[in-house]
Amino acid sequence: MKKTVALFTVMVMCGMAVLTCRAQESRAPLMMATTTSTDNTGLLDYLAPLFKKDTGIELRWTAVGTGKALLLGQNCDVDVLLVHAPAAEKEFIAAGYGISRTEVMYNDFILIGPDADPAGVKGKGVAEALAAIMDRQTVFASRGDDSGTHKMELSQWKRAGLAMPEGEGWYLEVGQGMLTTINVAAERGGYTLTDRGTYIKYSADHKENPPLKIMVEGDVGLKNPYSVVLLNPERCPKINISGAAAFARWLADKKGQGYVKGFKLMGRPLFFPNAK
Amino acid sequence: MEFIVSGFLKALVLLTSGDSETYSAIFATLRVTTASMAASLLLGIPLGFLLGHHDFPGKRQVRIVVDTLLSLPTVFVGLMVYAFISSRGPFGGMGLLFTLPGIAIGQAILALPIVISLVATATQTTDSNLRTTLISLGAARRDLLLTSLWETRHGIITAVLVAYGRVMTEVGISMMVGGNIKWHTRTITTAIALETNKGLFAMGIALGLVLLLIAFSVTLGVTFLRRRS
Repeated sequence: MKKTVALFTVMVMCGMAVLTCRAQESRAPLMMATTTSTDNTGLLDYLAPLFKKDTGIELRWTAVGTGKALLLGQNCDVDVLLVHAPAAEKEFIAAGYGISRTEVMYNDFILIGPDADPAGVKGKGVAEALAAIMDRQTVFASRGDDSGTHKMELSQWKRAGLAMPEGEGWYLEVGQGMLTTINVAAERGGYTLTDRGTYIKYSADHKENPPLKIMVEGDVGLKNPYSVVLLNPERCPKINISGAAAFARWLADKKGQGYVKGFKLMGRPLFFPNAK
Repeated sequence: MEFIVSGFLKALVLLTSGDSETYSAIFATLRVTTASMAASLLLGIPLGFLLGHHDFPGKRQVRIVVDTLLSLPTVFVGLMVYAFISSRGPFGGMGLLFTLPGIAIGQAILALPIVISLVATATQTTDSNLRTTLISLGAARRDLLLTSLWETRHGIITAVLVAYGRVMTEVGISMMVGGNIKWHTRTITTAIALETNKGLFAMGIALGLVLLLIAFSVTLGVTFLRRRS
């Protein structure tokens, strides 16, 4: 009897050792800093389980403004970045905080406004529209939070050759996420610049009849490219480098690109895959 | 306006349907507030008692500092904690950023002055009356101490309720230190912030009501304790 019990105990212990070994084999989670637009559209909620299925890595993310995402990357507090501010990304890499950026998808920015269109911008180009808004002093809600969208908006004012409207009574610097900013614009009957993905989500939430409609689109300067930025392993030796590389590879590969293409809301794609 | 009514209805649906995201946030909130309260009470009650009971040089100054810290802004605490536990900070190696324990540390810092201040006040109020009575009855120093502590239990319960309210409803620390990561560090308050940011106000109201329900249950429990003593 004693021998059987001893044998049984040994077998159980071996079994437990095997199980714990197995558990350690499952890959370390990947911590990502990303922007509110990728999170709010639901893209990451859609991609995360697919990534887990294909690579066994659990994706975790914190959605903050682009400025903060880059700072988190600089501080090595996250393993990888998914952002949409090409100029800032290039600066980030030039400064040695990141080693590469892989463009994975894009959508475009659109200028939205109320049906009444007080500044008469519908169908115009971006520069003309902003000039009209400034001229009539109609309300314009800005992200005001150093995000990718905010940087894009500021570049549009510059491109149009207009002085920065900071401090003007009609220019509202909301300092928060895209949906909040859209709501402020809607509330005040004004305009705002948004990425199409967030707008589609906003429109869906309002059962396809939102208070703000698309006024300006298709302008060549309004492209909104998203990239995966890999952090510098020499500066950040403790981060999950292999997981980050796996994510960049996976999203840029045929399979990942297919997933991006397949992410639709109300039958419309929110992001367009464009990895090379 | 309709989002308030739909918020009420949504709260019922979320709780009864066992919505996994909501319950994940509930458990995160409960875990983190329990931990932070335990830490702040363990440290705060003795410290508060000492501050109230003993006389020492600089007592008034210490009291002023503690009372000022009652107004610690949560984002400020969040930023300070982030500075310490970030990868670049002194405690960076402990992997506390974006975790519930990290949030608990910040919340404990927030709650500590509340506990110390309220317990100190309760101790001082009880003390003056009690001291004379007990000494006239011939009590030894040790008895004085223990009896004082027992008599301030109502003040301690008040401190618990106030600190708990502050800690359960804060967003600044949870957001900054926790990162609002779904399934991991999304608490009810950060979930409310997210939903309202997305413009989904009914959901925000619903989660707010869930939070109130938890606060109500805790208060009931504590009141029961109060009555029994």
